[in-house]
Amino acid sequence: MSDETHLTAHHDLAPGEEEQLSVGARILGYVVGLALALLLTATSFFIAGTDLVWQPSIPVALIVLAIAQMGVHLVFFLHITTGPDNTNNVLALAFGLLIVFLVVGGTVWIMAHLNANMPPMDQIMMRQ
Amino acid sequence: MLGKLDWSAIPFDQPIPLVAGAVVLVAILGVLGWVVVKGHLPYLWHEWITSVDHKRIGVMYILLASVMLLRGGSDAIMMRIQQAVAYQSQGYLPPEHYNQIFSAHGTIMIFFVAMPFVIGLMNLVVPLQLGVRDVAFPTLNSVGFWLTATGALLVNVSLVVGEFARTGWLAFPPLSELSYSPGVGVDYYAWSLQISGVGTLVAGINLVTTVLKLRTKGMNYLRMPMFCWTTLASNLLIVAAFPILTATLAMLLLDRYLGFHFFTNEAGGNVMMFMNLIWAWGHPEVYILVLPAFGIFSEVVSTFSGKALFGYRSMVLATMAICVISFMVWLHHFFTMGAGPDVNAIFGIASMIIAIPTGVKIYNWLFTMYGGRIRFATPMLWSVGFMVTFIIGGLTGVLVAVPPADFMLHNSMFLVAHFHNVIIGGVLFGAFAGFEYWFPKAFGFRLDERWGKAAFWFTFTGFYVTFMPLYIAGMLGMTRRMQHYDVAAWRPWMIIAAFGMAVLTIGVICQIMQLVVSIRNREALRDRTGDPWDGRTLEWATSSPPPVFNFAFNPDVRGEDAYWDMKVHARQQAFAHEEPEYQDIEMPRNSPTGFVCAFFATIMGFALIWHIWWMVILGGLGAFATFVVFAWRDHDEYVIPAAEVARIDRVNLEERRSLVSMAGAV
Repeated sequence: MSDETHLTAHHDLAPGEEEQLSVGARILGYVVGLALALLLTATSFFIAGTDLVWQPSIPVALIVLAIAQMGVHLVFFLHITTGPDNTNNVLALAFGLLIVFLVVGGTVWIMAHLNANMPPMDQIMMRQ
Repeated sequence: MLGKLDWSAIPFDQPIPLVAGAVVLVAILGVLGWVVVKGHLPYLWHEWITSVDHKRIGVMYILLASVMLLRGGSDAIMMRIQQAVAYQSQGYLPPEHYNQIFSAHGTIMIFFVAMPFVIGLMNLVVPLQLGVRDVAFPTLNSVGFWLTATGALLVNVSLVVGEFARTGWLAFPPLSELSYSPGVGVDYYAWSLQISGVGTLVAGINLVTTVLKLRTKGMNYLRMPMFCWTTLASNLLIVAAFPILTATLAMLLLDRYLGFHFFTNEAGGNVMMFMNLIWAWGHPEVYILVLPAFGIFSEVVSTFSGKALFGYRSMVLATMAICVISFMVWLHHFFTMGAGPDVNAIFGIASMIIAIPTGVKIYNWLFTMYGGRIRFATPMLWSVGFMVTFIIGGLTGVLVAVPPADFMLHNSMFLVAHFHNVIIGGVLFGAFAGFEYWFPKAFGFRLDERWGKAAFWFTFTGFYVTFMPLYIAGMLGMTRRMQHYDVAAWRPWMIIAAFGMAVLTIGVICQIMQLVVSIRNREALRDRTGDPWDGRTLEWATSSPPPVFNFAFNPDVRGEDAYWDMKVHARQQAFAHEEPEYQDIEMPRNSPTGFVCAFFATIMGFALIWHIWWMVILGGLGAFATFVVFAWRDHDEYVIPAAEVARIDRVNLEERRSLVSMAGAV
């Protein structure tokens, strides 16, 4: 259906579809992405075992590093940009994030409140 | 060799499924025999089974849905009769059989009637409304359809080989776990839904891509017909929600097959997590079904009122609002599960809020009708019937969205009446409205109006007589899914409901008669212009049935109601008389990929259910090999020469010109 793709007003690219860039520029992009990804991975492993930082900050740091890792993958490997040719992909990503946030967040919240109508366990124990 | 499968799987001692199975088998063999003897097999294979034409696939989806509607409807008749007679007695259905019937009824009606019906209509209509030649991924479309058919086939096989689930249509654990349901029933349920779920997911991806990427010249988002918008919203929900269903059922299957403990009572499993996850899919699912129906009503009401849709932009906004809010209300299915007032209140309020965009839609339809020249053709009857019925269903919905009220009504017949009220009054009426409205487009002749109107009135009346008593029975404390009962006060309502079921059945018979009569009188009902209803959107701009390439030229859209606009301009300027310059058209080639893939998926599903491991491997390898062969294809398009395009298009242009000149004369 090649003739229809020309017809749409905003010609945009699917993830993985390459823009007209030279081979050198593309390779450079992947190398930078790989380096950043490796750096973030190494930092995560280092942070997890270190005692250089305040211990309760470690989980927070790991979460931040994980989100940064996702960002690197999206930008360098899946080529999500803010350009007008990428509107659909960005919107799809935003919709996906919203749904994941609603379902995961909602699930955690619901499951944490499951016993709200139960009397505290020690009272049950005392009655017996 | 054959896993758990042996002769004891066939229920020789139960006459009802055996006789029903035998009748169906004879009917299938009869049809197959007739097809082979008459030499229709090559036609069927080349024109339908391997077709990747979105119109043909849409028709096959709707055919599947119609056949399964009869199956699910038979289950409903049996249940209504059982509850009418089983007062202080066992009735005529033993409990284990009754439990299978209500489980099969729910599963079939949602997954194999409502889903294929709306997906079929979207497939048939959306590319035509967008002014394009096919969906984004034609072969994937065929795969999606045939995988859905596989799921339906497995559910029906369970009628005579083994048993179906006795767990209700969502197979809640711990009842659906191995310790309480050791038979193959739950496995039939889960594998049918896993396989058809893949089919639904690819259909969703396909339609989202089609709406986002394939639109004709000038078809901006805010010029799309309303049905395309609701298709977009519904399929976004499919893409977001169906993976949750797949993952949840996969966890249940791991529990059952490999001794995992996701949802078991023991070893740290959490039953409540299943309720949470299945409804995180289940609530968006009801909007997946009803949003396309809203789109159909928008098209029908606008066409038959002779006016543009009132409040188009507010309708778009309401649709997208429902799309997002539908993911924020799922807890209202289990208010009674134990969450505290904070959680229940938030989800209760969210559930009430979703009634607001729905209300916006109702007012928009009413204002579209206001001041219009309304024609009460059959599709319009279904639409008006929907508005009345859906408001009642919506209001009882807001009622059960109040957590304290829900504690009283949870799992009662009131709830059963409520969701039948919205699903029949919303989705099924919408599907029938769409069926009556677009039938001439799909087949080139209109449906008989007299039988159509009879079908509407019997179904409409039958619905009220069947389901209003269930509201009352629920108020009197009757719970759902009862095989027998001893409360005298419920009895009269069950008898009235059974009587209503008889009226509904007459409605179904009228619908079948309508089809028979219309096919017999098709020459008299022929739609020559392609625009039988004086339509407003692009599907009416091509002939009925449309040529394989839909449009000789991709239409140029200059505003909302694109075809209405064209007709107005053609009448004023008479520019329809120019002979256009035809060009070659490339179309996707037919492919047996979908059918062969589904064939192997059926083998694999059946083998998984019965633990026949060598056959699982065989089916899996076969399906994968089919995919590889398709991926390495060399040619996937063929060319329709310009001369052929011109020949087909001229016939239709001739008819249209006479229509325009006639209108000009008037």
